[in-house]
Amino acid sequence: MSLGSDISFPALSVLTFLPTAGALFMLVFLRGRPRAYKTTALVTSVITLGLAIYLAAKFNTRTPAFQFQEHAEWIGKLGISYRLGVDGISLLLILLTTLLSVLAILGSWNSIKDRALAFFISLLILETGMVGVFAAMDLFLFYVFWEVQLIPMYFIIGLWGGARRVYAAVKFFLYTFAGSVLMLVAILAVVWWNRKNGGDLTFDILTLQRVGFPTGLAAWSFAAFFLAFAIKVPMFPVHTWLPDAHTEAPTAGSVILAGVLLKMGTYGMIRFCIGFFPEMAARAVLPILILSVIAVVYGAAMSLVQPDMKRLVAYSSVSHMGFVTLGLFAFNQQGVEGSILQMVSHGVLTGALFMMVGFFYDRTHTRMIADYGGVAKPMPVAAAFFSLFVLGSLGLPGLSGFVGEFLILVGAFQYAKVFAVLASLGIVLGAAYLLWMYQRTMFQQANEKWLSLKDLNAREILTLVPLVVMAVWIGVYPHTFLSFLHAPVDNLLSQMQPYLHEQGGLLARMVASFFGGF
Amino acid sequence: MEGYIWLIPVLPLAAFVITLLFGKWWIKEHAHWLPILAMAGSFGLSLAAFVQIRGAEEPVVVELWRWFSVGSFQVPLGMQVDQLSSVMLLVVSGVGLVIFIYSKGYMHGDTGYYRFYAYMSLFAFSMLMLVLANNYLLLYFGWEAVGLCSYYLIGYYYHKPEAAAAGKKAFIVNRVGDFGFGLGVMLVFVTFGTLDYLKVFELAEAGAVAETTLIGITLLLFMGAMGKSAQFPLHVWLPDAMEGPTPVSALIHAATMVTAGVYMVARSAVLFASAPGVLLVVGGIGTFTAIFAAVIGICQKDIKRVLAYSTVSQLGYMFMALGVGAWAIAIFHLVTHAFFKALLFLGAGSVIHALGGEQNMDKMGGLRKRIPATYYTLVAGALALSGIFPFAGFWSKDDILGAVWRDGKYLLWAVGLVAAFITAFYTFRMIFLTFFGKSRLDEDTEHHVHESPWSMLVPLIVLAVASTLGGFLGLPGKLGLIQHFLEPVFAPADHILGLHEYSLAASDYVLMVVSVIVAMLGIVLAWYMYVRRVDLPLKVGARLQPAYRVVYNKFYVDEFYAATFVRVAVDGSTWVWHRFDEAVIDGAAHGLARLWQVLGHAGRRLQTGKVQHYLLGIFVGLFVIVTVVVFR
Repeated sequence: MSLGSDISFPALSVLTFLPTAGALFMLVFLRGRPRAYKTTALVTSVITLGLAIYLAAKFNTRTPAFQFQEHAEWIGKLGISYRLGVDGISLLLILLTTLLSVLAILGSWNSIKDRALAFFISLLILETGMVGVFAAMDLFLFYVFWEVQLIPMYFIIGLWGGARRVYAAVKFFLYTFAGSVLMLVAILAVVWWNRKNGGDLTFDILTLQRVGFPTGLAAWSFAAFFLAFAIKVPMFPVHTWLPDAHTEAPTAGSVILAGVLLKMGTYGMIRFCIGFFPEMAARAVLPILILSVIAVVYGAAMSLVQPDMKRLVAYSSVSHMGFVTLGLFAFNQQGVEGSILQMVSHGVLTGALFMMVGFFYDRTHTRMIADYGGVAKPMPVAAAFFSLFVLGSLGLPGLSGFVGEFLILVGAFQYAKVFAVLASLGIVLGAAYLLWMYQRTMFQQANEKWLSLKDLNAREILTLVPLVVMAVWIGVYPHTFLSFLHAPVDNLLSQMQPYLHEQGGLLARMVASFFGGF
Repeated sequence: MEGYIWLIPVLPLAAFVITLLFGKWWIKEHAHWLPILAMAGSFGLSLAAFVQIRGAEEPVVVELWRWFSVGSFQVPLGMQVDQLSSVMLLVVSGVGLVIFIYSKGYMHGDTGYYRFYAYMSLFAFSMLMLVLANNYLLLYFGWEAVGLCSYYLIGYYYHKPEAAAAGKKAFIVNRVGDFGFGLGVMLVFVTFGTLDYLKVFELAEAGAVAETTLIGITLLLFMGAMGKSAQFPLHVWLPDAMEGPTPVSALIHAATMVTAGVYMVARSAVLFASAPGVLLVVGGIGTFTAIFAAVIGICQKDIKRVLAYSTVSQLGYMFMALGVGAWAIAIFHLVTHAFFKALLFLGAGSVIHALGGEQNMDKMGGLRKRIPATYYTLVAGALALSGIFPFAGFWSKDDILGAVWRDGKYLLWAVGLVAAFITAFYTFRMIFLTFFGKSRLDEDTEHHVHESPWSMLVPLIVLAVASTLGGFLGLPGKLGLIQHFLEPVFAPADHILGLHEYSLAASDYVLMVVSVIVAMLGIVLAWYMYVRRVDLPLKVGARLQPAYRVVYNKFYVDEFYAATFVRVAVDGSTWVWHRFDEAVIDGAAHGLARLWQVLGHAGRRLQTGKVQHYLLGIFVGLFVIVTVVVFR
């Protein structure tokens, strides 16, 4: 199991805590030197990204095993240990996280003037939390990181957000927190049962994955985990925190929120809902797929009529994340790999869209589509970038959105044609709402006010170029990214294999065990 | 050939990248050179491929790299040259080259000159990819990419609201078609386990697949073709697409992109031939579109819109041919149509150029002597479109009608013949309104009129020659070069349908004579109404006021869509947003928050701070517990 042992230092720990170290450094040494904050934050995040890329290069894609593992005693009495490791799935998401962190910092270079120290520290701690979530191999550690990223995000929305920032921040916090409380109960239940039935007292994820829990406990714990993650994704109908949070958050917050935080939900589903309770996952397929398709169409329909650009992109996330859960629970190679690739692609494209809206907002101080018009004339370069991200987002072949979506649809099609047909409607609507927005903002008669707008500067272009590269790379040569997924997804599906014929009856099992005792 | 196929699309791609990156600051008004050279290169290579593939039994296939590789879903980035793709390559790169050269004069001095050539090059790349693809997914890539270029180029004058709206409309309507196309591709994969043309057709030929599945696949694919090739009821985007610059209309919306649907159906001939009933749908929709669009063409005032409806109508003819299994003839008409319709558009562009941007035929007239070169070339195109012997359109259209007749689809044949009459009528209405009679020009434009530069006239002459002589490529019966050339591609499909080579019979000659007479009648009627008795059109229009209004308004299809689909989508979504998303879902969340608040307030009252209250509570509680424990 000691793969990646040719790396002679605790790479994942460094990766996880480097941002925090940077934050501490700023706090201790750089107080009162505002110009140094963002530079330090940027340098820290760039080094973190570099390390993540280095790990990706060292990664062995042939095996589903967790690599670069680290293990240390933590709270031995309670079976809690400090355990890190990554497989191909988490590594891709860590790459996405570290990339978007760099760009979020670069993108908010000049837009944060107030309490900049606190802002950049929050961003860095957030990065630690996110990387930690994807790297944790101990359930308790996972939970800690899960909660850690909640706090800086709460502040980012609540302190640097728009007009209704407090409402949005509280809503975001309460929704997520309600979910995580349920998750905590499930975590404790699972660990407790394992101990009671002769297992060690341990929070080790790999050990718990092999346990096989009794029906009643599995059903309830699955439901609790699932609800927690579904809120995070967010799935219909627990999605209404998202438009508010996205809209009110500052640009960097929206980018990270859409780019990474939502993926923690689907990642959790893969690791825990499916990893711990494969049978229940199989039994819950139908309702989940139905909710996913609803999210795809419903999110797209809501996007169609949003007057606020950021809200439009936010609802489009509901639609696109619906694709992710659709592919995931189709439980075949195309669906699952497409789903994970779509997570990365959505992070890139939606992150980019929020970034663009932020750049426009910096200049015009409005997010209302109706206030824009003819912006392509004063800002041709911005319009060109924007169009590329819009096209990627509506699933144009050759860009990243298409690859994930098409694989998901192929996967869903094999499960049941009707899901692919309905989800394809979301693609038609996707073209409608995105191009309509683009037409109303970039094209048509130029609004007099905007004729003097300055086009993107070098820093802004630098922020967008990596996203363009990613969108095209995934679109044209997805093999680079898919190669990380083959082994772990194969493994996941082979674990699911015995249960795939089991369908339905999750709710019945929950009810029965409620009255019959666990 | 394996060594250079990939260069055919990559040359224009390179031209696109370089022009886009350096066009604005560096290349500027020299932006045409690189794209023209790239197109010339592609054309040269296409010629080479044509020579090499002639008579070959097997197609040449090259795989560049694995595009998708997920489990059993394996899709290469692969290219395939056979006789069909070779013909398409020549049309795309050849007509493309001519139009690229023409654009140098036409677009000269435009502020977005480099942008125009950049997107045209990207289009050429995408279209060549579409044609070269060796599997359905790569076809889908090219298919969407040409749609994207079309979107950009229709909206080229993006500051005009109509242009921006037209671009968006084109993309979205095509997306509706692609909804079917995408599902069709998935169904192909699920059915055959591959998307590779050769493997799919081999399995289909072997009869390994249920007929119902094939019906599903072909109907879904045809839905995509209806969007791209503007067949009723998805035709609405093409006339609006005329907002783009005229060379764009000529290349994308007449000669090449819109024929992609025809190409795709012809490419999938084996599937369509094996799916009973679907061919009738294809032929039926094609025939209906042919006459429907032709009728609308009668009443249009904008010279480009006449041509746009004519394109829709002519594409209908191609589907009519496909519908009776006349694959090669459909491709033949595609080729001749590319010649003469590109010519007509470029000629119309020359007229518009001469008049400083005027497109309304009510404000033209009498231009025959003033721009003679444009006049003569345009008449050659009009004769070809009308199907007058021996111009190109005569041969191909007549082949189609003949094939329909031989197949026993007499109704389709009759409708096609009437549509041919209308075609000749509206085409020459356009010629007469533009070039004959008294000048109706505005005062300003009157002084502006000038013949176009050589860079525009030479392409016109080249296309005029092609439109005049191109028909001899596809003489009917055993004489047809193009039919013979394409035989290796379509033989399996013909075999399934039981079609054989035919010899010309007396009836074929009769049919030819009939269709020429009908076309001549159309021209004569146009001459009578628009040259001889110029008062007639108004009178007829007044007599038939209601009918005229319906036709002039294009049968209100756009209005119907706006009132139904668009209305439902926008108003329905708005309703759901406010009444459900905000009121119910968010309302429930707020309700829950409110509930806790109320409970909290209630709970606070319990905390009175008086010891006797607490003591009372303790005793009551104790009493309850004891009672429960004792009496259980």
